[in-house]
Amino acid sequence: MTLIQFKKFDESKPIYLQVMEAIKKAIIRGDLKPGDKIPSVRELAQELRINPNTVQKAYQELEREGITFTRRGQGNFVTEDQDKITSLKQEILEKIVRDFINELDSVNLNLEDIMDKIKEYMENEGHSSRKFR
Amino acid sequence: MKAIVVENLGKRFGTLWAVRDLTFYIDEGKILGICGPNGSGKSTLLKILAGLLRPTRGMVKIYGENPGKHTKRVVSYMSEIDYLYPWMKAGEILDFAASFYEDWDEQRRKDLVNFLKIEEDKKIRELSRGMRGRLKIALALSRRAKIYLLDEPLSGIDPSSRAKILDALVREYRGQEESMIISTHLVREAEPLFEEVIFLKEGEIILRGDADELRETHGKSITEIFLEYFI
Repeated sequence: MTLIQFKKFDESKPIYLQVMEAIKKAIIRGDLKPGDKIPSVRELAQELRINPNTVQKAYQELEREGITFTRRGQGNFVTEDQDKITSLKQEILEKIVRDFINELDSVNLNLEDIMDKIKEYMENEGHSSRKFR
Repeated sequence: MKAIVVENLGKRFGTLWAVRDLTFYIDEGKILGICGPNGSGKSTLLKILAGLLRPTRGMVKIYGENPGKHTKRVVSYMSEIDYLYPWMKAGEILDFAASFYEDWDEQRRKDLVNFLKIEEDKKIRELSRGMRGRLKIALALSRRAKIYLLDEPLSGIDPSSRAKILDALVREYRGQEESMIISTHLVREAEPLFEEVIFLKEGEIILRGDADELRETHGKSITEIFLEYFI
């Protein structure tokens, strides 16, 4: 199962939230496409070595947020609502930026310096701007 | 539905209270981790729940019944101590348990033996500690019990067997109709499995809660919170 990429759990945060986030990211990356079946609770629990009830909770929350839906007896599927996926992208983007800014604030760096640094980094590391559509 | 209810439970050995005034319950279908250092009362508590020790005071109900003959039929208990006879073969011990328990599931046994790579024709004395630990887990999980009580399933065992045992627990755990209590002082490895957590210290509960909620409120892993409480 390679659809959902986990670097490693950060056990200092609720695990179900991390499961939700990993699935959201897989959807945004396009590894999980609209209408795709997401792994069963048991599969994912075994893969991640976590309590199946925790995966279940994450799935319930995803469904509540309208990101997935259940087909009876068949499992959980990614929403086909494109607006939902667009707003999901927005949500993740906002989270990344918020975390980033908070981190900057915590070391008293200003945004202009950082912008320059990012450009420099991207050029050096050979990151294509194409990736940042 | 509550699988286990414990109220004001105390157990005294001579003048020493191994467990004092415990009150908690477990909803059906949950995995509860009981964490505490050696001597905190974990084993005593599990033995009482298994119906092997009588409480000195307080009340214990397993699906509404006092621990005893009836509850033993729905409770699968794995002891911390290595009780396996050295002269028996692994397969013979599994066969023996199979004949003993009404809820024994032969298919589950085969799956577990296969998954845990247990060599059934080997004598216990020929097995490593890790292998004996795997066999004990296979014995406990081959039953279709309603409650599993696993006392220190990971201690004294090599890392690869520990990982294998944790995997087996996730694989075999059926949720909903099955509840599990796992006692351990190896919190780091077991914490992803816990839905609820109790910290025991000198026979008393010093912390209890939903694992993810504790992570959220403390901003720490269960392991880190554990260290905070016990160091």
